[in-house]
Amino acid sequence: MSSPGATPAWIPRKRRTAELGLLLLAIAIGIGSYAAVGLGIDGTVPAGIYTVGAVYAVVALGAHVAVRRFAGYADPVLLPVVVALNGIGLTMIYRIDLGLEANGSGFGPFAQGQLRWTILGVLMFVAVLALIRDHRRLQQYTYTFGLGAIVLLVLPILPVIGNAKRGAQIWIQLGPFSFQPAEAAKIALAIFFAGYLVAKRDALALAGRRVLGVDLPRGRDLGPILLGWLVSVGILVFQRDLGSSLLFFGLFVVMLYVATERPGWLVVGGLLFAAGAWFGYAAFGHVRDRFDAWLDPWADPDKNYQIITALYGLAHGGLLGRGWGQGSPEMTPFGFSDFILSSIGEELGLTGLMAVLVAYGLIVERGLRIALTCRDAFGKLLAVGLSVSFALQVFVVAGGVMRLIPLTGLTAPFLAAGGSSIIMNWIIVALLLRISDQTRRPAPEVSTISGDDQTQVVKLS
Amino acid sequence: MNKPVRAMAIVCLLMFLALLLNANVVQFVQADDLNAKEGNRRVIDEQFSRERGAIIVDGEPIAQSVPVKDKWQFQRKYTDPKLYAPVTGYFSYIYGREGIEQSYNDILSGSDDRLFVNRVIDVISNDQPQGGSVELTLDPAAQKAAFDGLADLGEKTRGAVVALNPQNGDILAMVSQPTYNPNALASHDLDKVTTAMRRLENDENQPLINRGTQTTLPPGSTFKAVTAAAGIEDLGLKADDDVRGGATLGFPGIDYKLTNQGGSDCGGNPITFERALEVSCNVSFGWMAGKVGQDKLAEQATKFGFGSRPLDDLSSAASRFTADPDAELEAPQLAQSGIGQYEVAATPLQMAMVAGTVANDGVLMKPRVVRTVRAPNLSILEQPEPQELERAMSASDARELNDMMVAVVDDGTGSPAAIPGVKVGGKTGTAESAPDRPPYAWFISFAPADDPQVAVAVLVESAQNTSDIGGGRLGGPIARSVMEAVLR
Repeated sequence: MSSPGATPAWIPRKRRTAELGLLLLAIAIGIGSYAAVGLGIDGTVPAGIYTVGAVYAVVALGAHVAVRRFAGYADPVLLPVVVALNGIGLTMIYRIDLGLEANGSGFGPFAQGQLRWTILGVLMFVAVLALIRDHRRLQQYTYTFGLGAIVLLVLPILPVIGNAKRGAQIWIQLGPFSFQPAEAAKIALAIFFAGYLVAKRDALALAGRRVLGVDLPRGRDLGPILLGWLVSVGILVFQRDLGSSLLFFGLFVVMLYVATERPGWLVVGGLLFAAGAWFGYAAFGHVRDRFDAWLDPWADPDKNYQIITALYGLAHGGLLGRGWGQGSPEMTPFGFSDFILSSIGEELGLTGLMAVLVAYGLIVERGLRIALTCRDAFGKLLAVGLSVSFALQVFVVAGGVMRLIPLTGLTAPFLAAGGSSIIMNWIIVALLLRISDQTRRPAPEVSTISGDDQTQVVKLS
Repeated sequence: MNKPVRAMAIVCLLMFLALLLNANVVQFVQADDLNAKEGNRRVIDEQFSRERGAIIVDGEPIAQSVPVKDKWQFQRKYTDPKLYAPVTGYFSYIYGREGIEQSYNDILSGSDDRLFVNRVIDVISNDQPQGGSVELTLDPAAQKAAFDGLADLGEKTRGAVVALNPQNGDILAMVSQPTYNPNALASHDLDKVTTAMRRLENDENQPLINRGTQTTLPPGSTFKAVTAAAGIEDLGLKADDDVRGGATLGFPGIDYKLTNQGGSDCGGNPITFERALEVSCNVSFGWMAGKVGQDKLAEQATKFGFGSRPLDDLSSAASRFTADPDAELEAPQLAQSGIGQYEVAATPLQMAMVAGTVANDGVLMKPRVVRTVRAPNLSILEQPEPQELERAMSASDARELNDMMVAVVDDGTGSPAAIPGVKVGGKTGTAESAPDRPPYAWFISFAPADDPQVAVAVLVESAQNTSDIGGGRLGGPIARSVMEAVLR
């Protein structure tokens, strides 16, 4: 840890062993909860405990090895937190599978698919770390990602592969696989915004006129990004994917604010959002329904059955929860996906739900920390964008399930059943780790200044 | 760009704080309200899945939860279901709860605050929460005697029997006929439950009603015990004093005469107070009600418990002296009220309380049906002490009336209730409701008169086996067998 006074830069420790320790704890949480579900429902440990447990441990440790190999200086907290959340999500989905089966419901099982998606997600995680050795390379493809995001968003509207589920046209179907492109578009859009804003930030911040106390940039500077955002949100609105359009809008405003360092953008964004929400309420019946259901779900208990049962589930969980396998989360429609947070609250209680929320908070604040310490503007912006969109997503979905805000329909990252969400969130974590690795890696000058011994010490610790 | 990043970190922190706060609001602050919402199937399911405590009579469970292999794990079972249904009530997934199952639900389900420590232990040891038990004051022999007595009157009989211990208020028997089988409503086969409930609800004889506490009907001549109490207390009458007799009681300026049943003249005019009670002379008590006055008579009724619902544990109706307490009765109405007609209406429980109070030297004890409430580990949570509700009469006046009621059984209309070797007091009643339907038969009694162990009220609304209904003839033997069961 100690370095001679000559060393100019802060040299972080790698902390890979600490990561491994936390990771083992996270794996224990996942496998332990899996065993607890079996005990809670059948009174015995599930038969698949060894195989499923081994698969999960191998997958998680594989991710750890990849981090050691490809991003040795990366943040040590993110991976264990994600593995813990993913394990809890898998267990809860498995538990609801059993509940749905006992009910004779035609749904499920989802857990096996979720495990497969998790494996695929971790493979993508490893691939991102292995292939993108420097995140700044992404900056070269700024417009490609922008275009890619829009193409992705248009896909569900196209015939044949487009697929409407539950009133939202946000899925594409390719043979047996269905995919929600908005999740991928989120990452592409964050890269596009970051790359574009880095290139134009001076122009955006300095050139332009002052209108009503806000410095507006020139149209040609703001135009492309505004267009990109408008198209995205427009498509989503017509696909009735309120959650994603809200998320993209927030992402856009926040990144603009961070790039230009002008709080005025937040004000403008807030006003635009209010106007958009009002327009949505006035123009779209489904927006009005969501809003009314938020104000008083009991006014129409049949229509708002989902949110009401979710609230009953949370209340039934109380402080300590019913325990794994001992509540009735399968009663809540989509308690394994959109409403998995209420399932967590029911079986793990307020304590467990708060732990999950804090784990999400840890991911966000670690991500923002990576942004703070990142030395290049692109990486900084990208880390902020990914972290804040993650935070917004959690806020929107958790707030919706708990009736803090109207329900808009987003997935709880790493918990909810759904392949696109799992894969894309693993990619987000990989990108954050990549930026973090770049940030914390000692600058080449440092190693030349300090002697070989010094470097050696740094590597060992 | 670090300043806005820090700002976003704070914004995100605030968002997560809002979520954490919101989770606390829903899962802690609002949890009780949400759990209490109607139609919250989770709570119903959970209570169904618990090992609910037993309802116990004389050491034997009459309602208990037995393990079964379905998703609820426990099935509520009632032994002698029809016998005890008016008290136990039912525990149904669809139709909720009734009776003790309802009033002691917190204890039986284990959610009572006093069981908090047990619940914490259950959580730690990963045991299923268990409910506490409720032991009733019922005497199985008396309950059986009352049930059989009503059943012997025929299948379509509607009636009720309430017996209590005058000295401590313990309810010894509470039977209602027709009755129902709570097992049918507690079944886990929900279709069968719905069918059973529909049949019970459509039954014109209303088997779900606990006639012992919920049905108020004119008590007829049994109310003369109240009028007599007022006569003794307020007019200073003694058993040997002369009172108005004869065949009719007229009212100046009003074209109505109060007559006796069967048009008899009660054996002369005047007759002694005691004789008037023995033969249940309407003229005498109509006259007495006028002498006492509406206010004093209503006050005496109130002292016996009219106008209140003293039994907290079961849903019950208040008995009444007048429909509107402020209304001024005209002379004939007051006279009719004095013989338990006009707007006077009482539950069998109320009339058992009247008999019990006379027997207990004028002290009205609070009726109760629960003796002890225990936690799952059998430690006692609640053991109500006998509670004095009211001194309805002075002790000496009560003894005067007590002797007169013994005379009713020894020498008067109450003779069917006589038990050899035991001093029994009683009063018959035959109440008219509508001209087109048979009158109600009432009988109240107590024994032994000098050390009262049991007071009984019998109501027979309608009986299949007889067209000629009379309180003494129908109710007397039932009361006698209940008293014998207690005294044996």
